[in-house]
Amino acid sequence: MAKTHVTMKVNGNEVEGLVEPRLLLVHFIRDNLQLTGTHIGCETTHCGACTIDIDGMSVKSCTMFAVQADGADILTIEGVANADGTLSAVQEGFRAMHGLQCGFCTPGMIVRAHRLLQENPSPSEEDIRMGISGNLCRCTGYQNIVKAIQYAAAKINGTEFKEAAE
Amino acid sequence: MIPGPFGYHRPETVADAVKLLASLGDEARPLAGGHSLIPMMKLRLATPGHLVDLHRIPNLKGIRNDGGKVTIGAMTTQHELLASDVVAKALPILMEAALLIADPQVRYRGTIGGNVANGDPGNDMPAMMMTLGASYVLEGSAGARTVAATDFYQGAYFTALDPGEILTEISIPTPATGHGYAYEKLKRKVGDYATAAAAVVLTMTGGKVATCSIGLTNLSETPLLATDAAKAVIGTSLDDGSLKAAAAAAEQIMSPAADARGPVEYRKHVGGIMVMRALKRAAQRAV
Ligand SMILES: Cc1cc2nc3c(=O)[nH]c(=O)nc-3n(C[C@H](O)[C@H](O)[C@H](O)COP(=O)(O)OP(=O)(O)OC[C@H]3O[C@@H](n4cnc5c(N)ncnc54)[C@H](O)[C@@H]3O)c2cc1C
Ligand code: FES
Ligand code: FES
Repeated sequence: MAKTHVTMKVNGNEVEGLVEPRLLLVHFIRDNLQLTGTHIGCETTHCGACTIDIDGMSVKSCTMFAVQADGADILTIEGVANADGTLSAVQEGFRAMHGLQCGFCTPGMIVRAHRLLQENPSPSEEDIRMGISGNLCRCTGYQNIVKAIQYAAAKINGTEFKEAAE
Repeated sequence: MIPGPFGYHRPETVADAVKLLASLGDEARPLAGGHSLIPMMKLRLATPGHLVDLHRIPNLKGIRNDGGKVTIGAMTTQHELLASDVVAKALPILMEAALLIADPQVRYRGTIGGNVANGDPGNDMPAMMMTLGASYVLEGSAGARTVAATDFYQGAYFTALDPGEILTEISIPTPATGHGYAYEKLKRKVGDYATAAAAVVLTMTGGKVATCSIGLTNLSETPLLATDAAKAVIGTSLDDGSLKAAAAAAEQIMSPAADARGPVEYRKHVGGIMVMRALKRAAQRAV
């Protein structure tokens, strides 16, 4: 099958590639661009480990073809930190609140939480739980992930983060 | 989990898309959000030789209230439905249903056109469209035609869509002001298709049901309009007896598959319960 030339912006950098139409975007990101922070868990659109941000939307990159991302503006976990290299509010939240154990789901969780907080800077606990319902975590039981996102929201809003009593 | 090879096409007008589909023949399929089609392609349950991606056709997007009817472009995503003021005001039941479809990521990509055109009995929007009396505009090389949602579904993955046709928009008569509505969906977890689901749109006068329509999801090979169940509650105040009569009438037309979501008897039983719950909740909302 003839290959197609694609260009896109990934984490602020212009990238290009020659791709077969059937190449999944997640494989383009991991194999062609060597950005292996974006994980593959299920490959069946369930787990969310492959979540990236495309043109302001959270997308499971195992369920889109690389050709479809021609011209897109993409953010992966590698591009989430602040420009000066310090951790973003969401990343800091995951560290401070122990929002990860094995870390497999974490890139997808963080990229998803990033978009969630852009859309809803003051989410309720319910909003957070529904907002990350497309991301599965087999380790944490989600409790600390929710806290991590609450921490990040407080940091972004300049309010005080109070850990809810259990 | 790698799909088979295919040729990729990205037309910018409906006319070009229709031309492409006609010239590429049976091997070609439209690609909308890809959240039903790409998973099927990975499993090689679908092996289209060509995909005609509809994303670059601006005319297929958008939601309008034309007074009396709401028109929704096929490529409108579930996420866009949830963000729409027009939908929130005129068709709140669509919001309720869209929120019960999959998860945020899937809703950013999945389109309403793909959801209704797919023909999967598990899709939530088809029964909704039957309940609301919606119709679909289908465009092919022979021109455009309009098909009522109630005439569209013929079997699992069999619809009135002819090869080479594109569903361009959905037209929904605006329900009466003060109507009550509810979509009750039983599922095992977030992101699951319905074990059983029921949609209800009704109006009440003087505490009694004046008009009612009921749709059922994933309880047969196609979405169902439960006409007799709806008739059973007209003129009643939705007392226990009439709720049970409606559930029984709805169960009469259900023929769900036995699968991981449960045996046939169970799915019919909970289907009846979804009907009763949706009726009660719709009535509470009606003014
Ligand atoms: C994890 C997961 C959970 C899900 N849960 C649910 C759920 O609970 N309820 C639910 O309803 N759905 C669910 N879905 C399916 C999802 O809503 C899909 O997005 C939807 O079924 C199809 O829409 P699409 O835009 O992605 O279409 P695509 O996958 O692109 O297309 C589906 C089919 O329709 C055809 N088609 C698409 N658009 C058109 C058009 N305009 N004209 C003609 N033919 C067209 C395609 O050729 C293809 O055959 C789920 C999906 C996933 C991955
Ligand atoms: S790898 Fe994409 S959703 Fe699991
Ligand atoms: S930390 Fe292990 S899967 Fe989430």
